[in-house]
Amino acid sequence: MVYGVLRLINFAHGDIFMFGAFTAYYLMVKWQLPIYLVFMITMAVTAVLGFLIEKIAYKPLRSAPKISLLITAVGVSLFLEYFLSLNSLFTPNYIAFPRPFEVFGYDYSLFTVTNIQFIIFSVTGFSLFLLYLLVYKTKYGKAMRAVSHDQEMASLMGIHVDGIISFTFIVGTALAGLGGILYGFAYPQINVFMGIMPGIKSFIAAVLGGIGLIHGAVIGGILIGMSEVYVSAFLSSTLRDGVIFIILLVVLLLKPSGIFGKKREKV
Amino acid sequence: MRALQVTGLRKSFGGINAVSNLSFSVDEFETVGIIGPNGAGKTTVFNLITGLYQLDAGSIFYFGQDTKHIAPFRLAHLGISRTFQNLRLFNNLTVSNNIVAPILSHEGYGLWSAIFQTRDYVRLEKAAEKRAKTLLDFFQLSDKEMYSANNLPYGEQRKLELARALSLKPRLLLVDEPGAGMNPREIKDLVRIIRQIKESFRLTIVLIEHQMGLVMNVSDRVVVMDFGQKIAEGHPDEIKKNRKVIEAYLGEEFVC
Amino acid sequence: MTFFLGARRLLICTAIVYLVLKGLFLSGMVTAYIQQIILLSFIVILTSLGLNLIYGYTGQFSLGHAAFYGIGAYTSAYLCTFFKIDGVLPFIPVLFFGGVAAGLVGYLIGLPILRLRDDFLAIATLGFGILIRVLLDNSDRFIDVLGGPRGFVGITRITNLELTLFTLAFLILITKNLIFSKYGLFWECIKEDELASMVFGIDTTKMKLIAFSYGCFLAGVAGALYAHLYTFLHPSNFDFLKSIDFLIIVIVGGMGSITGTIYAGLIWVGFIEGLRIILPDRMLELRWVIIPLFLIIVMMWRPYGLIARKESKLLGIDRSL
Repeated sequence: MVYGVLRLINFAHGDIFMFGAFTAYYLMVKWQLPIYLVFMITMAVTAVLGFLIEKIAYKPLRSAPKISLLITAVGVSLFLEYFLSLNSLFTPNYIAFPRPFEVFGYDYSLFTVTNIQFIIFSVTGFSLFLLYLLVYKTKYGKAMRAVSHDQEMASLMGIHVDGIISFTFIVGTALAGLGGILYGFAYPQINVFMGIMPGIKSFIAAVLGGIGLIHGAVIGGILIGMSEVYVSAFLSSTLRDGVIFIILLVVLLLKPSGIFGKKREKV
Repeated sequence: MRALQVTGLRKSFGGINAVSNLSFSVDEFETVGIIGPNGAGKTTVFNLITGLYQLDAGSIFYFGQDTKHIAPFRLAHLGISRTFQNLRLFNNLTVSNNIVAPILSHEGYGLWSAIFQTRDYVRLEKAAEKRAKTLLDFFQLSDKEMYSANNLPYGEQRKLELARALSLKPRLLLVDEPGAGMNPREIKDLVRIIRQIKESFRLTIVLIEHQMGLVMNVSDRVVVMDFGQKIAEGHPDEIKKNRKVIEAYLGEEFVC
Repeated sequence: MTFFLGARRLLICTAIVYLVLKGLFLSGMVTAYIQQIILLSFIVILTSLGLNLIYGYTGQFSLGHAAFYGIGAYTSAYLCTFFKIDGVLPFIPVLFFGGVAAGLVGYLIGLPILRLRDDFLAIATLGFGILIRVLLDNSDRFIDVLGGPRGFVGITRITNLELTLFTLAFLILITKNLIFSKYGLFWECIKEDELASMVFGIDTTKMKLIAFSYGCFLAGVAGALYAHLYTFLHPSNFDFLKSIDFLIIVIVGGMGSITGTIYAGLIWVGFIEGLRIILPDRMLELRWVIIPLFLIIVMMWRPYGLIARKESKLLGIDRSL
């Protein structure tokens, strides 16, 4: 979404995801808050964080060369990582992520589903459904799509472009925060550098499915997840991250607009 | 063999037909003007001829050679050159380098010569500089040759754009709206420059222009486009009186 | 003839620097650690020079430069271990070969990648960097001595002042000549407006590939020098963070300025190592919090770089003609 609207790869996206996980950790461990509050507050926190980053770091550079923006994004990413890794804060170590509920599995003859997987699946599905409604069925969504097509034209049509960009960031980063919590439940060891790979992979998933398309991101994400699992199982888990790059390269060369995307002429 | 033979050209973007079924030809040393309302597809035609867009259907023949699938830089070396409506100068380069670069792309030397600064390097660099200076002299820009291109006043940037187009010794020159935003006096000046170019550099010119004064004074023939199609073609005088042309530009009410 | 005339100043500068440093090193006034740092700064300058060509001159955003640095390092280390080379003279072809290996990989990767737009190119190079990192981590599966996650140990120490400084000076000379030739001009045109460059006769694909391959070649040579200076290689030395290091030097030094890269390289290494000496252990971790902030501020204030936009006549980096 952010890329669609700003044409900027937000390198810090993975780190906001990480920030969400750590916020949730803090809320659950230090303040002992109930789950539903944790979800709500974390998403609010990451939304605000996204808003601030956009306003402070990205907006002033909107007319600067693209590359400056990319480097700034890298700077934000590194800052978030290393700031949280300070020994006075969370340290660079792995921290155990609490699971405030019992884990159990439902056994079917062919496979087992744990309640965690079920939660992740349903929360994700529901969120994506809401997102789909937002982007395709509301006025705001329409404005977002307009801005992503042609920023200048959208502003001439009376759309408050800055507001829409901020709104997109808020929604995008809130989702990242949500992702962080779910990830923490699934793999209960969190670490300040945990966001780097998911951030890159999420971008690759979006490219694979077609930038700017929700169903594209979903399909892309599933494809990448499956490939990783199969490579881990049949080849080696350490080669997992290498697969990502091969997939990316293949996509960018064969169909840069992605599985569902449309071709765009240059000039 | 014609300088340019365009047949059945079609190009669409998404659902929009920018150019459909366009055919026209240009003889060597002719000057042909292409006119038409905004959005008629004129610049698209230029982009197709210079290889920046791939055509959906039809063909473009340049001195008998099919230009399909030939890379833009090769077309430039074959002698097709152009100016851009919105100017695409190499802004942070010097005025001189804007001209030297295309020259060296055509008459250059290899890596070895560059690294070890052989006699070839020295000779060709000096030759390029000299030819650039001659070209700049023609446009009265040589006293500004060390200026950064974006520091020139607009009118001179326009001239530099033309000078650069001529640096590759083109046989076919495509000029895209050279008169845009100019006042009548500047237009007269431009007409003079174009006539001088025709005399000094023996080449074929295709000109896109809105300003009737410019087109009619400079063209041997005029092609009129609207909505991606050719609606009329002929001598400037005929075109001025053509019903369809007047309708396209001014609307039905003005056809008397 | 022009070649030697043009190289005069640079050679004199190099000679002076050499004499001063050699004197310092021999006199014992400078510890072995500092000597190593000085050599490291030359190595870093060389690598950043390569990146400057790719990014500063031609405008291709590469986030995986450290990968090529690593390819040069591992290739050279392996060849020396395999052929049991330990003298400076027999090392020179290996040094060259390390660079060629990196340049070749750069060329092969560049072929498909360089036609991508800015941000996609950034991700692709980032991904490539990760791929190389993964391969290095698994390197012991293919060739045991490469060490994989344990690291490559026991590399012979060959790099010294002469080798480093003279290689750097020689490559600066070649780079400078390239930049002041039609190639440098074309690279600048491409950075300014790639489309217009194509229309006016420049084979942009070929030019981008040359810049990229050569930039990777420089990184490879630097990597080889590094391997035989520190005698130990670990995949974590060649990750994304390292690529950022080089990028920072290029940006701080000024895009497209050789002189800027030289100064920035010296300052940067001095800064990093200086911090290590000055800061008490507790505060050391603040380095990587301060650096990204610094990066962000530089981008906002001077997007094209801090130090230099023009080359230095003093160092002899100027046109011969």
